[in-house]
Amino acid sequence: MTAFDVWGERKRAEAFDPATAIERKDGCVVIHADRRDHEGRLVHYKVLNQLIRQIMAEGERHIILEGVMGHRYIASTANRKDVYIEIRGTPGNNLGAFLDGPTIEVFGNAQDMTGNTMNSGKIVVHGNAWDVTGLAARGGTLLIKGNTGYRVGIHMKEFGGTRPAMVIGGTSKDYLGEYMAGGTIIVLDLDCQDDRSPVGMHLGAGIHGGKIFIRGKVEAHQLGPGAVMDQVDGEDAPELEALIAEFEQAFGSSVPRYWEEWVKVSPASSRPFSGHYDPTSV
Amino acid sequence: MIATLAATKRRMELEAPDRFRPVVDHDLCRKCKKCVTECSFRALEFVDGAVKPIGGCVACGRCINVCPAHCIEVRQIQSMFPPHANFNEHVRRGIMSQATTGGVLLTSCGTDIPYPVMFDEMLLDAAQVTNPAIDPLRETVETATFVGGRKGFLEVKESGRLYMEKEPGPMVAMDMPIMIGHISLGSVSYNAQKALFAAAKELNILAGSGEGGLHKDFNIYSQNVVSEVASGRFGVTGDYLKRTAAVEIKIGQGAKPGHGGHLPGEKVSALISQTRMIPLGTDALSPYPHHDIYSIEDLQQLISVVKEATEYKVPIGVKIAAVHNVGAIASGIVRAGADFITIDGFRGGTGSTPRIIRDHVGLPIEVAISVVDQRLTKEGLRNRVTVFAGGSIRSSADMIKAIALGADAVMVCTAALVAMGCRVCQQCHRGVCSWGIATQREELVARLDPEVGAARVVRLLRSWNEELKEILGAMGIDSVESLVGNRDRLRYFGPNSKIAEIMGVKHVGEGWG
Repeated sequence: MTAFDVWGERKRAEAFDPATAIERKDGCVVIHADRRDHEGRLVHYKVLNQLIRQIMAEGERHIILEGVMGHRYIASTANRKDVYIEIRGTPGNNLGAFLDGPTIEVFGNAQDMTGNTMNSGKIVVHGNAWDVTGLAARGGTLLIKGNTGYRVGIHMKEFGGTRPAMVIGGTSKDYLGEYMAGGTIIVLDLDCQDDRSPVGMHLGAGIHGGKIFIRGKVEAHQLGPGAVMDQVDGEDAPELEALIAEFEQAFGSSVPRYWEEWVKVSPASSRPFSGHYDPTSV
Repeated sequence: MIATLAATKRRMELEAPDRFRPVVDHDLCRKCKKCVTECSFRALEFVDGAVKPIGGCVACGRCINVCPAHCIEVRQIQSMFPPHANFNEHVRRGIMSQATTGGVLLTSCGTDIPYPVMFDEMLLDAAQVTNPAIDPLRETVETATFVGGRKGFLEVKESGRLYMEKEPGPMVAMDMPIMIGHISLGSVSYNAQKALFAAAKELNILAGSGEGGLHKDFNIYSQNVVSEVASGRFGVTGDYLKRTAAVEIKIGQGAKPGHGGHLPGEKVSALISQTRMIPLGTDALSPYPHHDIYSIEDLQQLISVVKEATEYKVPIGVKIAAVHNVGAIASGIVRAGADFITIDGFRGGTGSTPRIIRDHVGLPIEVAISVVDQRLTKEGLRNRVTVFAGGSIRSSADMIKAIALGADAVMVCTAALVAMGCRVCQQCHRGVCSWGIATQREELVARLDPEVGAARVVRLLRSWNEELKEILGAMGIDSVESLVGNRDRLRYFGPNSKIAEIMGVKHVGEGWG
């Protein structure tokens, strides 16, 4: 027996009976994230995430989240490769942060910081994913059907056999791939209506590893320091082909492959600031 | 174009001359060449049957200590520059070096500019007559410190049961109010980090991982490690966060507020590459800001996601450099949900920083601690966090004064490295540390025995803790927690009473009434 009678937060959390939100059918577990407690409050993200952790620990492999309304931090640090999480609704910020293995599929839009520092696994978004998507990812795949916001793929990096990859079906904004240290970002701009560039300014600023492939026009002034632009060549084709096929399979779309319409942005050096400093130490 | 010009037209006579010269007493020299092989800065040579200096000495003192004949001394080369108080030697050397290389001047350790040190301008109180002093050798003087938020209030109900408005957060106990600061694997060697972790385990205190991840061999120390989440997210995985005693989100560092990290490719060895999870030989760049944090609200989200990741089992802290608005920033950090705050003053050390930032940016830790403590107390937030203070805690006196100013515990880095052999020669960024500390070269790393290093750090910090007990006893205080923010036991003895006023410390001569 504990000497403490704890109320406040825990009492509120327990006022909601998780059992009413869980439904088991056809080998999968459905969690209704839109259920409310007796005071009309939506299921708190802490309760939802605790439920997801608990269900994963029970060995369930297919989890469906229904009616997600901005719940943050869903499936952060989830680490079982065979888990598939289906999200219906709009997950909140930091979806799949530190993700290590599972596949998350969002039937809707994702918000900011999706796949923050992910290690492995896959996040598929049937909609837009906004700012800072894939920050510091070091493995795994992010497939975004729609558009992305600012500062996407910042400081993605690769190590040993793991390389992060992100395929964006629509466009991206400023600072795409800033500080990038490895992996691949592809911008497809499939809904291209005019000849505007599918990416913004400061593209690959400070990039020192990895590659960014863009289907469409990029002007030299859009490039950030440390980035160089090139034609896509035969060497890149197998990697592009594999990621594009994965994208097509996920969304049932078809991507034109006229490589002459593409550009490749890569680092000028793996040591972008080697000449910047004076180590004399006077 | 300018860089090429500089490279092609380098003129030796225009470059800054050496500051130090090893001098060998050739009568005593046994010609064993030990000094030559041990000098990792290549400042000595054995030619024509004698050891001779060839320039580049940094006064690391390795040759002095390894010489079996005790026949080497290192002399500071004086009177090289015509005296000028304004354009002093320091200034002129900077100009000469930059005119040669055209680069941003790099340096290491804490600032060497003789700014006033307020720790040295404060005196402690002692008990006399009206309250008795305590003898710490015979009576208990408690120095255990708990890290984490003291959230909510305990209430005794009529039934006799204890009630808390909020569930208490996770806490970590330390045997003394000292944490070994965040010194990453990369900035220091495997052996150096091993020694620091082993010392922390032996002392039952915490040690920071730094932003370089946690090597798998160090999992045995994970319950004494605070893992760090910095902007580069090096080595940060769910497992890394979960297995350590606490997690700290690093926003800034006292030696380089507002600056990111930059581990040059030369230091990214196989070992560093594995632990940081980055490719071999590339620069390890930490972005200047966290790109998912542009506001207190964003910080709140990163704190929350780390709490989710660790399932609310460990305290989550935030480390900031002491800057001008530190009080308001600390207040925001507490409101964002941090369980502890680490404030790093501008005199703090580093393995590499632009000199311009190290020497000219930030706030002294003495002022920062007091400002933060006063602000949090005023806003009713102080109980929610543990406050760590770092940035040149050189001795137990600094530690005791920092605690009296308002810190719960201090963070010690440079002093622990000095205990292991560091001479503060400020060359860490060059990666050739002759003492095997700030280097990744195997032959140099092997010079530091982790067991010896750990034992020396343990002895140092234990003695500090004993000195803390002596002072607490002399003040008639039986627990270090009662000294936290007890500014009434300090008196200012310096030239600037405005500083005393800001720190909330009375001037010498002022009594309690």
